[in-house]
Amino acid sequence: MEQSVKYKNIIETALLTSGRPLSIDDLQKLFEEKVERSTIRMLLDDIKNDWNEKTLNLVLVAHGYRFEAKPMFTDSLMRLSPDRAIKYSRAVMEVLAIIAYRQPVTRGDIEKIRGVSLNPNTLRQLLEREWVEIIGQKEVPGRPSLYATTKFFLDDFALKSLNQLPDISHSEDKISHSLEEKLLSADASEQINDQ
Amino acid sequence: MSSELQTDLLNDAKIYGESLSKLPQDLYIPPDALEVYLDSFQGPLDLLLYLIRKNNIDILDIPMATLTTQYMEYVEKMKQIKLELAADYLLMSAMLIEIKSRMLLPPIINDEDDDLDPRAELVKKLIEYELMKTASQELDDISQVGRDRFIAQGYFEKVIEPKSLPDVSIEELFNAWKNVIKRAEQFETHRINRAELSVREHMSLIIKKLGNDQLISFDSFFNEEKDPIPKLVVCFLAILELTKENLIKINQQEPCSPIYIQRA
Repeated sequence: MEQSVKYKNIIETALLTSGRPLSIDDLQKLFEEKVERSTIRMLLDDIKNDWNEKTLNLVLVAHGYRFEAKPMFTDSLMRLSPDRAIKYSRAVMEVLAIIAYRQPVTRGDIEKIRGVSLNPNTLRQLLEREWVEIIGQKEVPGRPSLYATTKFFLDDFALKSLNQLPDISHSEDKISHSLEEKLLSADASEQINDQ
Repeated sequence: MSSELQTDLLNDAKIYGESLSKLPQDLYIPPDALEVYLDSFQGPLDLLLYLIRKNNIDILDIPMATLTTQYMEYVEKMKQIKLELAADYLLMSAMLIEIKSRMLLPPIINDEDDDLDPRAELVKKLIEYELMKTASQELDDISQVGRDRFIAQGYFEKVIEPKSLPDVSIEELFNAWKNVIKRAEQFETHRINRAELSVREHMSLIIKKLGNDQLISFDSFFNEEKDPIPKLVVCFLAILELTKENLIKINQQEPCSPIYIQRA
């Protein structure tokens, strides 16, 4: 029992001071002796429960576990440094969404979906933020770069994997229904068949 | 939310002094207003979606003549002002006109040809774009690190504890120092400085020393005890140079007797 408290405190301290998310592999390196992954998972659960009544949440993101402020403190914390908040334009967020949901995509794919040419600055912002990276070239004439999201993107949005992206299949059904109804209305097609 | 933002944008926009407070009701955008609309919409698809959703108009049921006229107006205008951005809108107009004209033609009855409704492609595009628009909104609703998500960053500094060190005798320290000196000697460099000695300067000195009619012994120009060798060499060169220029004379009565120098 004594031992597990010691382990738990070491893990907790590491998580609070590492400055980056720590995976279970990382956490195993904390100990000279071999500590089973299952033990570490159990201890992480304990730590999570310990903090329930306190100010931080232990969350699992793409790169591992990290502590973050509970959402109830967000407003106050944002008041501390209002200039800190980085707000991206609608164009940047649209491009990010297309890369996230349709990856891997080329610049041309993005332009096709949005119906406008892509400002290079928009992509650069995402590349610089390391939310997006080039993962290769598409084997078509011109070999355009293929873009995909990074693990840092998942970290910053507190997602474990791409499966955790907000589910848009409901919206898809709704959108295609309403648009098809509006634009491919029966009377219009009758007109065609009528003559 | 985004449409509120768009209205805000338009409130600030002015065209020929008149403020534009209304969003477009249909596809006929005066060319002058185009740039303003370009700012408030992400592109022609965005504009089409807005018209369908907000104004409930059937974008495929627009009189073709008006659309064509507007299209031609744009093309005219683009010759005068920079409107590269309008290209996407022109493409969209052209596409709408094409769809409309194809719908007016009797369909080709061909079982093999799966070319369906001419509108289908546009509808597909609109669906995908609106879906991605929704997705971007959903993504933006998630709190992000750097904006409204705060991660714990406790500070940790590695402190190195002072170790107790072994005692050192004075003798050992002295030996170590001697070794350092010894090694340092091996690296000592011998620097050769360029002596700032000028032959011309010595020539002047010799002339001065000779005065007008004096006869001075050759040896007295050289102070071997005090002067470094380079200085002696330069002095000798100066004497040779003066002789060559016929300013002094070197005399000797007989072999091995003293040599004298005098002004020429």
